[in-house]
Amino acid sequence: MSGGLSSVSFPKNAHAALANPPLLKAIAHIEETLVSGRRRAIDALPEFEALRDAGRDIKAHTLKHLDLYLEAFEKKVLEAGGFVHWAADAAEASRIVLDICQAAGARQVTKGKSMITEEVGLNAFLEANGITPVETDLGEYIIQLRAETPSHIIAPAVHVNKEQVAADFRRVHTNLDPRRNLDEPTSLLSEARGVLRERFLAADVGITGANFLIAETGSTVIVTNEGNGDLTQILPKTHIVLASIEKVVPTLEDVATIMRLLARSATGQEMSVYTTFSTGPRRAGDPDGPEAFHVVLLDNGRSAMLGTEFEDMLRCIRCGACINHCPVYRSIGGHAYGSVYPGPMGSVLTPSLHGLEKSAHLANASTLCGRCESVCPMRIPLPKMLRHWREKEFERHLTPKKARYGLAAWRFLATRPRLYGMVTRFAAWGFARFAGKKGALSQVPLAGGWTRWRDLPAPEGGTFRTEWAKRGRK
Amino acid sequence: MTTPKPRIGLFVTCLVDFFRPTVGFSAVKLLEDAGCEVSVPAAQTCCGQPAYNSGDRAGARALAEQVIALFETFDHVVVPSGSCTGMIKMHYPDLFSGEPDWRLRAERLAAKTHELTSFLVDVLGVAPLPINWEGTATYHDSCSGLRELGIKAQPRQLLSAVEGLAVREMRDPEACCGFGGTFCVKYDEISNAIVDRKAADIRATGADVLLSGDLGCLLNIAGKLKREGSRVEVRHIAEVLAGMASGPAIGETRK
Ligand code: SF4
Repeated sequence: MSGGLSSVSFPKNAHAALANPPLLKAIAHIEETLVSGRRRAIDALPEFEALRDAGRDIKAHTLKHLDLYLEAFEKKVLEAGGFVHWAADAAEASRIVLDICQAAGARQVTKGKSMITEEVGLNAFLEANGITPVETDLGEYIIQLRAETPSHIIAPAVHVNKEQVAADFRRVHTNLDPRRNLDEPTSLLSEARGVLRERFLAADVGITGANFLIAETGSTVIVTNEGNGDLTQILPKTHIVLASIEKVVPTLEDVATIMRLLARSATGQEMSVYTTFSTGPRRAGDPDGPEAFHVVLLDNGRSAMLGTEFEDMLRCIRCGACINHCPVYRSIGGHAYGSVYPGPMGSVLTPSLHGLEKSAHLANASTLCGRCESVCPMRIPLPKMLRHWREKEFERHLTPKKARYGLAAWRFLATRPRLYGMVTRFAAWGFARFAGKKGALSQVPLAGGWTRWRDLPAPEGGTFRTEWAKRGRK
Repeated sequence: MTTPKPRIGLFVTCLVDFFRPTVGFSAVKLLEDAGCEVSVPAAQTCCGQPAYNSGDRAGARALAEQVIALFETFDHVVVPSGSCTGMIKMHYPDLFSGEPDWRLRAERLAAKTHELTSFLVDVLGVAPLPINWEGTATYHDSCSGLRELGIKAQPRQLLSAVEGLAVREMRDPEACCGFGGTFCVKYDEISNAIVDRKAADIRATGADVLLSGDLGCLLNIAGKLKREGSRVEVRHIAEVLAGMASGPAIGETRK
């Protein structure tokens, strides 16, 4: 069970993940599926780099005028007969959703896949208030059965293997024929479909997220691969869209541009299988659609990022490419982060949403290798922002004492070249002598973090500067 | 009339100074063979990267000032490391925002600072003296060199001119090795998982030597291979290019 993990215990969480072979095996698949899929899709699209610039510019422009575009969006939603609610934080968003559900007399709600509902903890809140939420995305459905949280923003159950899913289905779907074959992903999918079909029909309210909000038309857009989002929002009488404020873009055409980046970066598809635009409730003459259409716009720390060094993060379209390419995520999976959003994007976003005190590990647990930035379709400078969090941590004296003293000692020494020369000369000589014929040491005092896993190569002997001076050179 | 030789300030880096002087001497040889006049200012220590990546801007700035003052009079500054070059080239100017004088000096230094292989290929455009070195190598792209400076083709181009040397690419040469400066001791268990994959990729090539342009990665990878009992040798690319790769490899001693 992962829901209880916290970012504060990140090293412990990581330790547990590294001792979990089925988990490591499951996340290793990201290479053959998402990473190579993205590579193929991008190699086939020569204008990809130009599209990245265009996508970045659209979002950067929108963020500069976010208030105007949000107001325009609200106006259009109202004109189409929908409602818009503004939520400052997670508690307010949950409250608003609950009020709408209660006013609709809802007992059961179906949900499309949405990270924002995870961010606000909506499922637990609804349950505590007597309303049963049913996840309809296969991955989300699986982790709901397992009482877990998503370990990836686009592949929530990426940490689970198919044997585990089969066992979960047999445990929960009690009228399941024990002879039913559940060996293949397709048979698992059809089993889930069968169960979900009844839930779709019984639901009073459907809740989805949004990949985009369009200011020009007042539409909300979701992209899915299973079509579950459409059934979630079409069948119940009430449709609630819960979306964060940075999802807004000016026009339909902007959506078309960014969509070309989204699926390719996420799964390597040219387009997701379903792309659904919703504009207001059902109109007279519409064959289907909800009778009531609500959009809940969540801030939750985002407007405070505007105008700061973290503004660029609000360009994120949640494709997950940075996560898939992150060597740290690929070593430990998503739950170890102890945050709603894992990987590089999560490590930048989480301190903004929940405060740096509880999440300082996240910004530090990165090699700053830069692969995340190199694949980010919105060209978000993730390493730079991770470093900004480290700076804030240092300024606020949150950096652990040992590291602070180490840095102070290094600065003292390194800004005194003569002393530095003496100390390093002596240390290199002593170290090399100590290593003797071995060339590398398997145990070094104060370097336990290194030598637990690797030998420490010994210095050659004299430092470069001494050897250089010996040759009479300048 | 002969054109004056370009005056190069070599920033050897703190890791090369301490662990692997041979890399410094190899760099000097490559630059002198290419017709440069090389100086190594004695008061150099560290570029400030550990402080910068730990959020200690003031500490990084203090070291940046020192490097700028020591090196700004040279025609070019050359560094046998992608990450230290990246620090000077991409991050120094940033440390002095709001201080126009210092910022200008930082920008001027950034503009004439180059990673060694990129300097040889992109700036000088000369081929190193022909050398012969028998073996099969695989090349690890260090993260900063690759993604901050775009160094990818240069080392391979230089290696392709080495007589007797075959280069066999690993599965994902652009994957991080897990070093990450202080990351490798702060999150040592994760760092180990990452370098474990790198070591496996290296072994899978069947190459007998692993080369790269950054001593941080090399110490990490050499330490892992050594712990695993692997016989793959680990060296800085400059040693091979300069024909100075006959001594013990990183983490080895004279047999
Ligand atoms: S930060 Fe970039 S790569 Fe990561 S999820 Fe967001 S858009 Fe995708």
